[in-house]
Amino acid sequence: MKRIELFLCRSALLLALLSPLLLHAEVHEYRLDNGLKLLVKEDRRAPVVVSQVWYRIGSSYEHNGITGVSHALEHMMFQGTEKYPGGEFSRIIAANGGSENAFTGRDYTAYFQTLEKSRLEISFELEADRMRNLLLAPQEFDKEIEVVKEERRLRTDDNPVAYLYESALAAAFQTAPYRHPIIGWMADLEAMTIDDLRAWYRRWYGPANAVVVVVGDVDHDAVRRLAQQHFGAIKAGPPVSVRTPPEVAQQGLKRVTVRRPAELPHLLMAYKTPVLRTAIAASADWEAYALEVLAGVLDGGYSARLETNLVRGQEVAASISASYNLSSRLDGLFTLQAVPARGKTMAELEQAVREQLQQLKQGEISAAELERVKAQVVSGDVYERDSLFYQALELGLFETVGLPWRLTEDYVPQIQSIRAEQVQQVANKYFHDDGLTVAVLEPIRQ
Amino acid sequence: MTRAGPGLVTSENARRGIFRGAFFLFRGVMLAWGLGAIHSAWASPDIMQWQTQAGSRVYFVEARELPMVDVRLLFDAGAVREPDDKYGLAQLVNGLLNQGAGELDATGVSYEFERLGARYGADSGYDFASVSLRSRSAPAVLEPALRNLRRVLAAPTFPAQAVARQKQRMQVGLERKRQSPAAIAREAYRSALYRAHPYARPSDGTEASIATLSRADVVNFHREYYHANNVRLVIVGDLERNQAAALAEDLSAALPRGQPPGPLPAVAPLPRSEEIRIEHPSSQVHILVGQLGIKRGAADYFPLYVGNHILGGGGFVARLFQEIRERRGLSYGAYSYFAPRRELGPFTASLQTRGGQQEQARQVLRAMLQTFIEQGPTEAELVAAKQNITGGFPLRLDSNSKILGLVAMIAFYDLPPDYLDTFTDEVSAVSVAQIRDAFQRHLHPERFVTVMVGPVSATD
Repeated sequence: MKRIELFLCRSALLLALLSPLLLHAEVHEYRLDNGLKLLVKEDRRAPVVVSQVWYRIGSSYEHNGITGVSHALEHMMFQGTEKYPGGEFSRIIAANGGSENAFTGRDYTAYFQTLEKSRLEISFELEADRMRNLLLAPQEFDKEIEVVKEERRLRTDDNPVAYLYESALAAAFQTAPYRHPIIGWMADLEAMTIDDLRAWYRRWYGPANAVVVVVGDVDHDAVRRLAQQHFGAIKAGPPVSVRTPPEVAQQGLKRVTVRRPAELPHLLMAYKTPVLRTAIAASADWEAYALEVLAGVLDGGYSARLETNLVRGQEVAASISASYNLSSRLDGLFTLQAVPARGKTMAELEQAVREQLQQLKQGEISAAELERVKAQVVSGDVYERDSLFYQALELGLFETVGLPWRLTEDYVPQIQSIRAEQVQQVANKYFHDDGLTVAVLEPIRQ
Repeated sequence: MTRAGPGLVTSENARRGIFRGAFFLFRGVMLAWGLGAIHSAWASPDIMQWQTQAGSRVYFVEARELPMVDVRLLFDAGAVREPDDKYGLAQLVNGLLNQGAGELDATGVSYEFERLGARYGADSGYDFASVSLRSRSAPAVLEPALRNLRRVLAAPTFPAQAVARQKQRMQVGLERKRQSPAAIAREAYRSALYRAHPYARPSDGTEASIATLSRADVVNFHREYYHANNVRLVIVGDLERNQAAALAEDLSAALPRGQPPGPLPAVAPLPRSEEIRIEHPSSQVHILVGQLGIKRGAADYFPLYVGNHILGGGGFVARLFQEIRERRGLSYGAYSYFAPRRELGPFTASLQTRGGQQEQARQVLRAMLQTFIEQGPTEAELVAAKQNITGGFPLRLDSNSKILGLVAMIAFYDLPPDYLDTFTDEVSAVSVAQIRDAFQRHLHPERFVTVMVGPVSATD
């Protein structure tokens, strides 16, 4: 069904632009007896391996009072176990030529190392150890929570646009946990204790809640044996249940104003939308892909509508972007962000953005626009193969937001199957005021 | 292009895909200033070099695994080439190349790349300005993408309206910087370090300088610097050498010819230490400490690179990270780096900490620099650093993107062609005494520049 379009292509160029490439190396999936999932993808371009351990835990599992606990725990994961105390973990990785880091999202927390290929076992040994044996020493926590507060100041409190974004999310979502910032509210960080982290760690860090992803110059069966050897003996632990409050239906337009020391005003418009997981649950998978294409029609580069019409054309915006992310666990947002051009008001800017959305709902989406978006997706799929890290990220991301990794392979053909009227349909369905939050940064100039 | 401010996603790098809009917090700031060393068992990429008929130097690495090609042109057309008082002109010209070319307007130029899924990029710094293209290698895609790149290089039209619009966007970019304590600190630091040298220039322009930039300035600057005899052409990807040669010949021939510009003035040494405090309504104070560093290709590069890896460049195990963050919890980021340029680039150490404890943080940072300069690293630290740099070398070259970045650096700065092949040996040969000696000759704490931006008078 998805390929039909290909047969309609008349020219070699179109065929070249729209053919999905058979670049995807096979992904090998294993599950250990304790529930740990292992995904291995062989990529032999360089003698390097990326190893990522993903946990299905992030800020969207948190509740008021302990926001930021997933991220604080991620910091503490580097503070030592009995076997590898203090900063031993990082010293061993460094001495082996590795690079490492970790990240926390709304739906996942992940740890990764990149190493020369023969050293994968070092990663497994260390990660298996800290999956269950973290010390969580109080004096380390007292110091580390100060680092986290500095991180919050740096990222959010002293960054007016990030602050606006945080306020917008908290307003857009009334009951769904995406209203919490990943890093946590400052008051919760102030009140957080090592016991909060201990409970969180015991509950969520175990093999049944983990996905290990390995991409690189490796043999998949050897990786399986290595994983069995290092992670296999970890006890499964009791299953954890997740209660996630659903978002209550929004009943009308929400407006948020943030007045902060700043120089530039900033507009953020956020429409509630499904994501791939919730679209599948509603038997409307295509809607998520249509929203992706919609974002591409609006903002897939300099020739896309927003840049062409609002930055050039009307010259009402100094910069503008549209964003949609289909890979999250819960319903999300389609966002538009813009800075007014000099001499233009916020009201003029918002009006101009609204007109663009109106045109999308009523007017025509040209074949050229759709072909451009699809060609970009096909090419982007090739470019992403240039990075081992991103190949592993894609698999871990899907698995931890509740999507089978196999769906990553459907992405390009699904996008290609989207028709103009479907794009228009999702625009009409989701771009309405009852699902809209408008947040505005009003600078307080010094 | 005006650069994206913190948190603002511009459509400049817009791309569709699974990761778009995915966001998360990283444990640490990832720095990539240095260059790792070679793992001896693994060959570095074969860099082929030649010159086109028009006289452009070409650097090519064949990489056939993925059906894609990267092309980057580096022109000696950075901010150092701006006429006096024309601050921002280099960036303006670089950002205008795709705003109209040949018979096409801005939308047309961009569409000709984007309909192919090709990505165009332009960037402008102090030493050079670059233009990049990434495309699939299938001829049906690559050929039209290259035709359009040639149009941008050979026939930009600089429409008056585009010039005016870009100037306005640069003014907005200046306002964005004024709300960032980090950006304000960098500006003050740069200006204190370089005073009368062109490296002191605000490469984003000033409100007054941008206002004076005219279309004639743009045209003149472009004519003088964007030509076949002032460019290094780097190609990485799925091509045979003869295909790469044809590609390079075609792009080079499309460019006008000209004279390469003269050498840059030398940077005058800092006469004395300086301390700059700027009040800003943020919760943190951003602290930068340092002084003039080294040129790209300097004889002391390896002792300084390896030494700095131990001091503040080596990520989570470096001294500054360990002492300032891991032991004292004073800052999220704490690091140091040499950023070599054609003339003396900066050496910078930096952190950010909440208002009230900035004096304590500054003293810790300064004391650590002082101690390292006086004593150098321990033998154990040096061994660990060498293990990290040499053992991790394959990681620095594991993608076309990374290879492109390294070869571009080698190309622009005329580093020796065997630079990558000898890197491990150079790193392995560094001794504790050499590091101590090099740090003592290059860094002088009594002449450090210190910049603090934020609530600088706050006390606990």
